This record gives sequence, C-alpha cells and structure tokens, in this order.
Amino acid sequence: MKRIYLDYAATTPADPRVIDEMLPFFTEHFGNPSSVHSFGQETKSAVEAARETVSGLLGAAPDEIVFVSGATEANNTALKGTAFAKRDKGNHIITSAIEHHSVSETVAALKKEGFRITNLPVDRYGMVDPDDVKKAIDEKTILISIMHANNEIGTIQPIAEIGKIARERSITFHTDAVQSLGHIPVNVDDLDVDLLSGSSHKFYGPKGVGFLYVRKGTKLTALLFGGDQEKRRRAGTHNTPGIVGTAAAARIAHESMAEESVREAVLRDRLIKGITGAVQDASLNGHPTMRLPNNANISFHFIEGESILLSLDMEGIAASSGSACTSSTLEPSHVLLAIGLSHEVAHGSIRFSLGRWTTDEDVARVIEVLPGIVSRLRVMSPLFAERTSHGIVQR
Amino acid sequence: MESYSDKVMDHFRKPRNVGAIDDADGVGKEGNPMCGDIMELSIKVKDDTIIDAKFRTFGCGAAIATSSMITEMIKGKSIQDALKISNRAVAEALDGLPAKKMHCSVLAADALKKAVDDYREHRKAL
Ligand code: FES
Repeated sequence: MKRIYLDYAATTPADPRVIDEMLPFFTEHFGNPSSVHSFGQETKSAVEAARETVSGLLGAAPDEIVFVSGATEANNTALKGTAFAKRDKGNHIITSAIEHHSVSETVAALKKEGFRITNLPVDRYGMVDPDDVKKAIDEKTILISIMHANNEIGTIQPIAEIGKIARERSITFHTDAVQSLGHIPVNVDDLDVDLLSGSSHKFYGPKGVGFLYVRKGTKLTALLFGGDQEKRRRAGTHNTPGIVGTAAAARIAHESMAEESVREAVLRDRLIKGITGAVQDASLNGHPTMRLPNNANISFHFIEGESILLSLDMEGIAASSGSACTSSTLEPSHVLLAIGLSHEVAHGSIRFSLGRWTTDEDVARVIEVLPGIVSRLRVMSPLFAERTSHGIVQR
Repeated sequence: MESYSDKVMDHFRKPRNVGAIDDADGVGKEGNPMCGDIMELSIKVKDDTIIDAKFRTFGCGAAIATSSMITEMIKGKSIQDALKISNRAVAEALDGLPAKKMHCSVLAADALKKAVDDYREHRKAL
C-alpha cells in the first residue's frame, strides 16, 4: 500500500538537494567555525554565506540573523530575551490565544516571573483583530508576540497591521513565522517585525536548526551563555551542516514558492470541497481565504479524532488531530476552543497539511476513503445516534 | 501511532456488539472525566444473567476497543460476576493498553456499573 503523508505542518522530509549540500560539512569540512586555522575558516565562510542567503530572502541584513536550534529556542529567546532586556521599561506582554506552545508556555513562565500577560482572543476564523492589540497596549507594554500563520488551522494573521501599531509606539514586535516561512512570502520590513522565528524542518530543511531574525537595535538578552558565537547572542558551536542546510532549503523553497503555493492551494481546495461534499456534517476550521496554501482543518461532527487518525493510518494516510485523546494533557486543542468550537467538535477535528510531494492522487484517495471511515465511526457514536433520533442536523 | 496491541486493533477494526438494544433492561451512559469521551452500554438481563450487551462510544481507539471487549466479557455472566470485572481486567484482556491510555478503560467499567444500576432501578420499580 502506498503511504500518503499529509502531516507536512508537523515536519517535512529534507529535500535531497538540501542533504547533498549538507553532506560535505559532516566530513570534509568539519572545522569549527570559531577556529582560526583553515579548517575553521572554511566552515566559517560557509556559515556566513548561509547567513547571507537567509537574510537576503527575508529582506534582512546578514547580522540580523541568529542561528539557533529550532523554533522552540527562537521563540524562547525572543520572548524571554526581550522581557529581561526591557524589564526596566515595563512588564506587560501581549500575545494571542492561539500561539504555539513554545510561545504560550514561555509566556506562562514569564507570568510567574512577574510579567503581566494579555492573551488576545480570536474570531471564529482564528483571526486576531489589530484593534484589540491597540486597545490592549498600555504604558507598560514592552512586547507583542503574534504568530504569522497558525499551525493548526492555517489562518494568516494581519501581521503588517499589527507591526505598524507596534512600530508607532516603539514596542518590540515578534512573530512566530514557523508555518509560513517557505510557503508564503515573508519579508521583515513588509511585516514590520523586530523579531521573527523560523524552523528549517518545516520547509524541507534538517531538524534541530532554525533562526531568529533580530532587527538591528532590538534589545535582547541571550538565553545561552558561553562562547561568543552569533555576536554573543547565542553561544554554542555552530551546527554547520544544519546552517548550510537551512540556507539551501530556504533558497529552494523561495525559488519554487510562487508555483508551489498555487499548486498546493488548488489541491487544498479540492480536498476541502471533496471532503465537505462527500461527508455530511463536516466543517472547515480556519479562515476561508486567509489561510496557508497547504492547510485543511476539518471537524467531523459526532466522532473523535484519534479514532479517525487510526482509521486513516490503517489506509496508509497520515494526518493529525486536535482531539483531547491525542494530546498528553487530554485537553482538546486550545486553538479550536479559541475559535469557539465545542469540546466535542474540537475532539473530532483533523488537520491535513499538504506539501511538496502531495499529488492529485493522494487527495483523491483521501476523499475516497473518508466517507466510509466517518460513517463506520458514526454508527458507533452515541452522539450521532442522538442527533439522528432527534432529527437535528447541526451545522 | 499509539502502539496499540494487535488485540486492541482487532477490536477497533471489528468492534463486537455495536449499537443499542431496543428493549434493554439497563442502559448506562458515562462520560470520561479525563478527556470528555462518552460511552453508552445497554444490557439485556434474564434470571440475573446478562444475555446480551451492546455499546456505542464516542472516543479514541482504546475507548472503542475496551467498549467492545467489555460487551464480550459480560455476556453470559451473572450481574454479580460482571460487576467484578475491573477496568484493569478489560485492559488485560486486550493484552494491555499504553500507560497514557489506561484512563480510557475506566469508561467501560463505569458505563457497566451505570447500566447495572439502571437495571436494578427498573426491577425495583416493577
Ligand atoms: S477515551 Fe479519550 S483518550 Fe481514550
């Protein structure tokens, strides 16, 4: 059975071209970029070339890029680094209810340190209202952090508008761009951000590496101390193969983005239409148009997500769910609750995320097998039985 | 995925006794306090012996498999013996559950208790 991977938002396979560029840096070019000898200087120039590539694609200057171990570190550095650097200016941080855990948990930790947090709500499409940001700002606000595109429902936030608000008031503005980078255009000046997090394995690069964009002049305390790598903004020996791979992946994604995002959006829309057409009481989550080209998040009412995932897996199809049963906390996704879904409906939501190797046939196959899976599980569901016996059709 | 045992997957794939008994003698509906999943169990009783059992479950793979398994385990048992079946016993009969999924089996055991309570209520009323 051919396996179908529709979980690209969780991670992507590294592009073979990326691996080719990385390989020499494990063996031949292994020098420590901090060493003065030729071995070190070779890899140092590779790291700097990668920095130039990445910064160029973002419309940034090379020394505004800090390479880190991935998005969790980038987000932690951005939030804690700003909070600690600007502590004497204020203690208020604004963020949203739908951030990734690497942001929301960091913010929760900062709360324990005495910072005041405003968690902005979102509308039913998962959109933050820039007016809410404006209203939440007070004289103690030092940082605003709103993600660029949501990882679960794919909604793209009005970052440029929020950026303008933050800029006018000289408040540091961070965006977690993990899901958007490599998939839609990301330019730090257009978005008007001071800090931006990226993770290579989300755009066909290697795992364990990412970067934080830090606008010149932005005050930031480092998370890791030690050597003076990354201009003392991040100590630790450079992950040279990872950094080289990041640049290669970013370059490839950039080159193919215009074409690929359209291709994926067509498949995404076919998938959404196909599923909601073939399955009753299946509803799309997230914004109808302002969404990532590769994200389709659908709630299958009256049934539970893990059992849908298991059934899909039996057909060789990999997706993910916002169900409580698949989370370690046994709480349904905070994002789905934030857009106003009931516990049960959030429970039955599935995220299909498409990518570079998703084909027409893959999408057709999902549309073909889903109705059977859903009706089999609905026969077993007491919620579906209640709904049919009462004759209610929920929409 | 969850690394469920073959037995769990077998009961998930081919759940036994799905549905609701029309003229049930006892029905128990229970929600899982941990994750919000729901199970409904109906039983038919004759001479204090469970002669039929059916379930409907809104829940994860483990919840469906334990629901299916408990219907198999209680059929033909006296009410007293059926009540002795613990959630652990159901999990063991499925060759175990992942640690994170043990709470799912509580649902089945609780729904059974509720169905029996319901049956006893009815009998009292007669
Ligand atoms: S019943 Fe919800 S996690 Fe198993």
